[in-house]
Amino acid sequence: MRVTFTANGREVEADDVWEGESLLFMLRERLGLPGSKNACEQGECGSCTVYLDGAPVCSCLVAAGQVQDREVRTVEGLADPQGSLDEVQQAFVDAGAVQCGFCTPGLLVQSHDLLERNPQPSDNDIREALSGNLCRCTGYEKIMDAVRLASARKCSSSEVAQ
Amino acid sequence: MEFLRPATWDEALAAKAEHPSALPISGGTDVMVELNFDRHRPSALLDLNRISELTAWESGRYEGQEGEVIRLGAAVPYARITRELSTELPGLSLAGNTVGSPQIRNRGSVGGNLGGASPAGDAHPALLAAGRDVLVEAESVRGTRLIPIDEFYVGVKRNSLEPDELIRAVRIPVADGPQQFSKIGTRNAMVIAVCAFGIALHPKNGTVGTGIGSAAPTPRRAVDAEEFIGGELAERGLWQSGGLIGPAAIQRFGELVAAAASPIDDVRGTAAYRRHALAVMARRTLTWTWNEYTQSLRSAA
Repeated sequence: MRVTFTANGREVEADDVWEGESLLFMLRERLGLPGSKNACEQGECGSCTVYLDGAPVCSCLVAAGQVQDREVRTVEGLADPQGSLDEVQQAFVDAGAVQCGFCTPGLLVQSHDLLERNPQPSDNDIREALSGNLCRCTGYEKIMDAVRLASARKCSSSEVAQ
Repeated sequence: MEFLRPATWDEALAAKAEHPSALPISGGTDVMVELNFDRHRPSALLDLNRISELTAWESGRYEGQEGEVIRLGAAVPYARITRELSTELPGLSLAGNTVGSPQIRNRGSVGGNLGGASPAGDAHPALLAAGRDVLVEAESVRGTRLIPIDEFYVGVKRNSLEPDELIRAVRIPVADGPQQFSKIGTRNAMVIAVCAFGIALHPKNGTVGTGIGSAAPTPRRAVDAEEFIGGELAERGLWQSGGLIGPAAIQRFGELVAAAASPIDDVRGTAAYRRHALAVMARRTLTWTWNEYTQSLRSAA
């Protein structure tokens, strides 16, 4: 079947999509968007997290056909089109929150959503928001640092703007 | 495999009547796991995401149920139940907040838990505890059938839906007293319950509702425990006085909850552990809810 939807602000079309295929597979294998990672395929690891109509979801648990006419935003759509990184991405780089990098795309999308909803999260809020994203390298401390850093920068830049 | 994409509820019912073996998919958090691992390949998927009334809830009064009722659309995601209905449905909100991870709670719904009818579904203990008059609204082209929650679960991952029926909504009475939910797992997120327990105090009719998860072939009510504690509270006038239940009655309540389960040994835990944990959760949640109830009595006085 054919699936037409918006990916990172652009209308896209995928052909010959198998009816039982996941959104994750379609993004990676048919649309050249390999940023979202495929690890557990059962919603345990969060590496495939994308926005679907503004809410972060595991793209491995969404059937490709379900996104017809809807809006998907992947990790590739976080940076602005001119290429400068989003605040969350920059904070992950600066804090050293990336080791092997496999979990990073999912953590970025999930952290991005957290800070959109709550620009000044407590440590508990961060832990809760990231509880569905597994990282086997960092022990999470640098990831916590990165989210705190992104939050601090976000809050100070919005103060300057005011 | 076919992918059926009805735009309206009537179209969905017609599609289910024409393809009774089609597997409904909404949040996909259970269905897609089966497909990704090729454990199950249905003849067709019936996508319910485009049917907006399934993700809406309303409150009102309905025949066969006392007081105000929340008619919860089958596909309202758990994240929204916790955000929007924590006052009206506190037990279900607490249970929903323990489902999977934030990403899963943005997709998973009570309709999915009911459709899958896994004994480990987190919504079930809360629904059972909310009362015997919780009704599942099953619909087909033949009409609407209201299934009492106690008749809904019939076996391991089996429910009482007919092949041409879809779950439209669940009608849950608004809480008239404190409710609690407790769940055992190896960590605080992303766990399938080793066992779970839901409790609801119903001061209006002087009863206590319970629900046991993951400790029997189906979610089930601890009938003897409910009758025992209901009798205790009534005979001793505790609903009015707000006095202490006392350790002996709390202990007995825990024992009766544990006795109501028929757990098995599996990878998540042993039967003996499950019984033990159920007794502990029953005692704790009874104490929490009773404390909350007596505080509300005192602050009202």
